[in-house]
Amino acid sequence: MRGMSLIVKTVTRLVAEFITIFAVYIVLFGHLTPGGGFTGGVILACSFVLLTLAFGKDFSLHILSKRAAGIWDSVGALAFLIVALIGYKAGAFFLNLWAKPATFTLKSAGIIPIANIAIGVKVAAALFGGFIALAVFRRHGPGGYEEDE
Amino acid sequence: MSQAASLPLLVAIPLGTAFILPVFHRMKRSAAVADFISATAAGALLIITISLLGVDRQVYWAGNWNPARLIGIALYADGLSKLLLLIINLVSLAVVLFSIQYMARYTSRILYFSLFMLMIAGMNGVVITGDMFNLFVFLEIASIASYALVAFGCESEELEASFKYLILGSIASTFVLFGIGILYNQTGFLNMAQLSEHFQVAGMSRAAIMAACFFIVGFGLKGAMVPFHAWLPDAHPSAPAPISAMLSGVLIKALGIYALARLFLNVFPVSNAFAVVLMLLGAVSMLIGVLMAVGQWDFKRLLAYHSISQMGYVVLALGIGLGVVSRGGSDIVAGLALFGALFHLFNHSAFKSLLFLSSGSIEYATGTRQLKEMGGLRKRMPVTGVCCRIASFSIAGIPPFNGFFSKLVIIIAAFQAGHPWLAALAVLVAFLTLVSFLKVQTYALDGELPERYRNVKEVPAAMGLGMAILAVVCVAAGILFLRSPLAGMIMEPARDALLKTSDYARLVLGG
Amino acid sequence: MMPREFLPYFLAMVLLVIGLYAVMGKKNLVKIIIGVIVMEYAINLFLVLVGYRGTGDAPIVTKELNQNPEALKAFLANAVDPLPQALILTSIVIGLATLVLMIAIAIRIYEKYGTFDVSKIRKLRG
Repeated sequence: MRGMSLIVKTVTRLVAEFITIFAVYIVLFGHLTPGGGFTGGVILACSFVLLTLAFGKDFSLHILSKRAAGIWDSVGALAFLIVALIGYKAGAFFLNLWAKPATFTLKSAGIIPIANIAIGVKVAAALFGGFIALAVFRRHGPGGYEEDE
Repeated sequence: MSQAASLPLLVAIPLGTAFILPVFHRMKRSAAVADFISATAAGALLIITISLLGVDRQVYWAGNWNPARLIGIALYADGLSKLLLLIINLVSLAVVLFSIQYMARYTSRILYFSLFMLMIAGMNGVVITGDMFNLFVFLEIASIASYALVAFGCESEELEASFKYLILGSIASTFVLFGIGILYNQTGFLNMAQLSEHFQVAGMSRAAIMAACFFIVGFGLKGAMVPFHAWLPDAHPSAPAPISAMLSGVLIKALGIYALARLFLNVFPVSNAFAVVLMLLGAVSMLIGVLMAVGQWDFKRLLAYHSISQMGYVVLALGIGLGVVSRGGSDIVAGLALFGALFHLFNHSAFKSLLFLSSGSIEYATGTRQLKEMGGLRKRMPVTGVCCRIASFSIAGIPPFNGFFSKLVIIIAAFQAGHPWLAALAVLVAFLTLVSFLKVQTYALDGELPERYRNVKEVPAAMGLGMAILAVVCVAAGILFLRSPLAGMIMEPARDALLKTSDYARLVLGG
Repeated sequence: MMPREFLPYFLAMVLLVIGLYAVMGKKNLVKIIIGVIVMEYAINLFLVLVGYRGTGDAPIVTKELNQNPEALKAFLANAVDPLPQALILTSIVIGLATLVLMIAIAIRIYEKYGTFDVSKIRKLRG
């Protein structure tokens, strides 16, 4: 998968970091504004997909290889499970442990922001890995497995 | 930690295993690590399940959001759930042991066990949850894992069968979600106990009846009732043999039959109309399943059609029991019918899984699934031969194996509930099943050994161990469940959970 | 029957039937996949309409509101129902996972059979 024209590359170079920061914002403020782990993760994956489309698969695979995407996938899921089990040891599954200082601030919902971060990481890694597996490593017709050029 | 606190572990352990395993993908000796971790996890699940048996019902509210706040996800394990947990975890352990050697011929054992553990987590979650939407989520986890597992070998037949299964399964899940949305719109509750209370007080509105019909279609498709069975004869033969054993032995029961029983006997108020529908579905499935099975020459396709037929038995008995309860008939007859249904459920898991595993052994050794090409295999493969014979006798209903007792109970219950024609139909189907499996034994096990199979060897030890566990269950379950303390500990709480239909709400919300 | 009450059902049913027609009537694998996705989105639309209140507030309960029972009741009667929103998010995620799996299998079927036509993908019979 080669990259695209110069216009697309320039615009992507300007915009891609903002998309990533926006995704992080949506994940972190998931308990106050609409959004949360899943939607933030999708936007993060979209920023990686944008990089792949604009610069070619070698560029984005250099940032996050296929094996790394798989490992971040498992790490995110295990983090979510550990968050659930921590509450388990203290009384009940998914218990909201920490004191809630004030409403409508960043630290106001106990363990929910941590769960949001775990889900965001998992969804981003999973969607990017799925995109790479489906669109980049393609076979040409029946038989013969080769990478798309 | 109270006894109830081990309930979430039944879901957390397989999920944790499924997430840890892909980290070892493409490392050296990854297959051995996968085998060890999966076998340990399956063993731990079985130990937790056995520790839950015989103890009274447990309710566990997740996150401590108890009923005082009126919104909470309850995990509830009564007798019916514990029976199904026992079935799921026992068969899973046997199949995990079998897959260790069998899947050596496929691509990646790490990924296979990861998907397998996801399927077990989904099924365990379905049977212990007390919340409708949570049921849907776990249903989808188990279903998506099974779609991927059917396509595991990536040959053209497996892909086609998996695609068919995928499309039909997704439509079924969509219908189930539609039913759940309708119920929420009508009542404002999602908790099964609160729904049950609401329906006892307010009756069923027309929209709720529509939701019930959507549930029959959705869960009937997952449980392979005729006319929703079209995916099963393609999906079960094409899957790898241990996956066929899991699908046919456990998945269609936990996702399809358990959900139907829980909904129509505990959540919705008992009504004769639904009993008639269930009886009709069961009777038609029995007949069509066995008629299509008699003419098959592919071993696994024959077993798949017999799955449809035996599930028809279970749904028929459930319908008979529901009918007797809804007409206010005798508790003893209704209890007998429900006992027959649950007993046959357990027996079918044991012998159908064993049959699929032995067909897998035969395929591992000889490379074929066509009955006309086999012959005389019992001389060269003694363990497989004995297990296959035990399982065939069980499904055909020959005493003293377990299939005989459960079919006898169902036939007696049908007779006593006032449906002599259904009892006669059950006897006819049992006779046709016997004919079909005599054919299987004649062609596969007895007879002359063809030239090219002179050198086949017995299957490796782990596969034999998995089959032996199930064979022991087949032989012992018949006597044990009728006349021993195990009956009181396992079967009778399960039957009472279904029989005393209105107790469900009281028990969950009361404590 | 009041039309206001059964409008959600009617809209969801229309989309459901359109999706069902695509699954049953079309021959291309990709169109069948699109039909299944349309059916799932019909259900998501239905869940959105279940939780709809015309002039609602955001459903976040502050500490002052929690200590005042009558204000709390008035607030709850006017706030948007947050439960269907959680149900819809979960349902969308499940639909996405199923879609990725369907497309992966469809791509492999194309490599094995050479066609996307359902009537030619027929090796299993009986």
